[in-house]
Amino acid sequence: MKLNRLNQERWHKFKANRRGYWSLWLFLSLFIVSLLAEVIANDKPLLVRFQSEFYFPFLVEYAETEFGGEFEMEADYRDEFVRELITEKGWILEAPIPFSYTTINHDLPSPAPSPPSDVNWLGTDDKGRDVVARLIYGFRISVLFGLFLTFFSSIIGIAAGAVQGYYGGRIDILGQRFIEVWSGMPTLFLLIILSSVVQPNFWWLLGITLLFGWMALVGVVRAEFLRGRNFAYVLAAKALGVGDRQIMFRHILPNAMVASVTFLPFILGGSITTLTSLDFLGFGLPVGSPSLGELLAQGKANLQAPWLGISAFFILASMLSLLVFIGEAVRDAFDPRKSY
Amino acid sequence: MTDPVLLKVKNLVTAFDVESGVIHAVENVSFDVKSGKTLGIVGESGCGKSVTSLSIMRLLPKPSGYVVSGEILLDKLDLLKLPPQEMRKIRGNRISMIFQEPMTALNPVHRIGKQIREALHLHHSEMSDALILQESVALLRKVGIPAPEQRINEYPHQLSGGMRQRVMIAIALACRPEILIADEPTTALDVTIQAQILELMKSLQKESGMSIIFITHDLGVIAEMCDEVVVMYAGKVAEKANVLDLFKFPRHPYTKGLMASIPNLDMPPKEKLQTIEGVVPELTALPPGCRFQNRCVFQIPRCHAISPPLEQVHENHFVSCFRWQEIEAKTNSH
Repeated sequence: MKLNRLNQERWHKFKANRRGYWSLWLFLSLFIVSLLAEVIANDKPLLVRFQSEFYFPFLVEYAETEFGGEFEMEADYRDEFVRELITEKGWILEAPIPFSYTTINHDLPSPAPSPPSDVNWLGTDDKGRDVVARLIYGFRISVLFGLFLTFFSSIIGIAAGAVQGYYGGRIDILGQRFIEVWSGMPTLFLLIILSSVVQPNFWWLLGITLLFGWMALVGVVRAEFLRGRNFAYVLAAKALGVGDRQIMFRHILPNAMVASVTFLPFILGGSITTLTSLDFLGFGLPVGSPSLGELLAQGKANLQAPWLGISAFFILASMLSLLVFIGEAVRDAFDPRKSY
Repeated sequence: MTDPVLLKVKNLVTAFDVESGVIHAVENVSFDVKSGKTLGIVGESGCGKSVTSLSIMRLLPKPSGYVVSGEILLDKLDLLKLPPQEMRKIRGNRISMIFQEPMTALNPVHRIGKQIREALHLHHSEMSDALILQESVALLRKVGIPAPEQRINEYPHQLSGGMRQRVMIAIALACRPEILIADEPTTALDVTIQAQILELMKSLQKESGMSIIFITHDLGVIAEMCDEVVVMYAGKVAEKANVLDLFKFPRHPYTKGLMASIPNLDMPPKEKLQTIEGVVPELTALPPGCRFQNRCVFQIPRCHAISPPLEQVHENHFVSCFRWQEIEAKTNSH
């Protein structure tokens, strides 16, 4: 990809902020690792060699009977019986962490939550599930939720802000009053009411938080458009006969982009916090989902097992710090007041 | 004087809603723009020159500014009655405009080439990309920009003020408009660049045969550029004449005052320059009668009661003053 000069300068300035630059790489590698969660933490083996044939249990469901077992259902690779069947005529390649986020370790030395050991590196939660596996999956779902929410709320927010700022007058006044009323809605209560009607899943939660969270960028974009619509070059474009939509998105939006892009990492951080707090309160993702908020809640309920709270806190805190550091570097990169 | 009239502005009244009420920034302004000729509109700041041009383009700041009455006829087509879609087709295509500040009239985030392409693409969507590129380069070359093939990939901040004004002119001329409205195009430029830009506009006019509405407060520029002149004062036409006529025989006391204020080379050095005493009346608190009354050396009681109509002196010379005949006699006796 070839960047134009301005973007090259920006990338340069972004790199000049060493903390933000390394944060970006660290965050990206953590995110990529978590995207590959199925390969890293899985109770199904990655590869099975059985009777000179290869099987990929983490991708494909194989019935136990295929390995000479008795049941027609999917093989349980954690079962000693199945393991023996396979190792007799082949071998098993396990994932580095042989637990998925739902896997219950029945074979714990102490009652759950059990402390860190060489099997469960960060111990297990109160249902005997591996904390590391839940952190990896929880990190992934948090970041994905944050990204989706940031993406959609930016699109809606920018469009709403652009229309209000560009047309001004009555549209602006009505829009602003609507936003004031709308942002006063008690989101949490609506979620509680809603969760008594439907079982909120990922998309439900995304939809609802989006419904009440798209206002973040409206203010800044609206302000930029209010300013921008009186610029001489906007008048000049109108004098050329350019249409409203084209003026909004080609001529004014690029000016609002700097302010918006600067906000994005912080919106992302905020979105992740929203999901975590909903999960913490028990109004978030369905029971059993891997979630940092739920782990925090468990930590609070099991103060005798500090590895729960500490791990969840550590992951959440470092994720948010990384995002803030990246945000600072992005702000530096887009700051027009820094000389070129 | 047989040039056909291309654009006819008739009794234009433009008002603005402000906090203290409604102000009439332009009142009863009429003039004709003849095909291939240059009409100058001259007057001091706030006299309604720019508002007149924005009224023609229908680009008055919304929602405070609006045209109250009048007609703006382009070939019998009343621009004020056109739906927005139709008006958009006229802008840039038949009437184009260049602005005072070349520094701000170009979008800083787009390359020069893209901004020229926008104009071409808008009104000639059938043109291929290669043809548009070729045409853009040709336009830049025509307005005297060296190495246009490279300039096309540069951003406005990489160009000097004069270069940017040339680019503005290139964009305005991209669709070969019949009328070019130039709203103080040289005010922000230094004098040598100003002379170059004026020269360029004249040669482009000669080549394409377009009409120009030239708005300025610089009488020197008017003398250089225009065929006919409208002198505006506080939103009204004070005097309207052929350029030679106006400079030789100014009939309105305001025009006379302006002419007298121009420093002359024969004047002894360190002499105090002549000025018109007083200030322009506030548009929110206009006196009844003539708007120039408080600064006029020729004022009579009648000026305070009735607004003088625009009277015809002779063909192509109109003046709005009760005492123009006396003033004329005085001028001629000198």
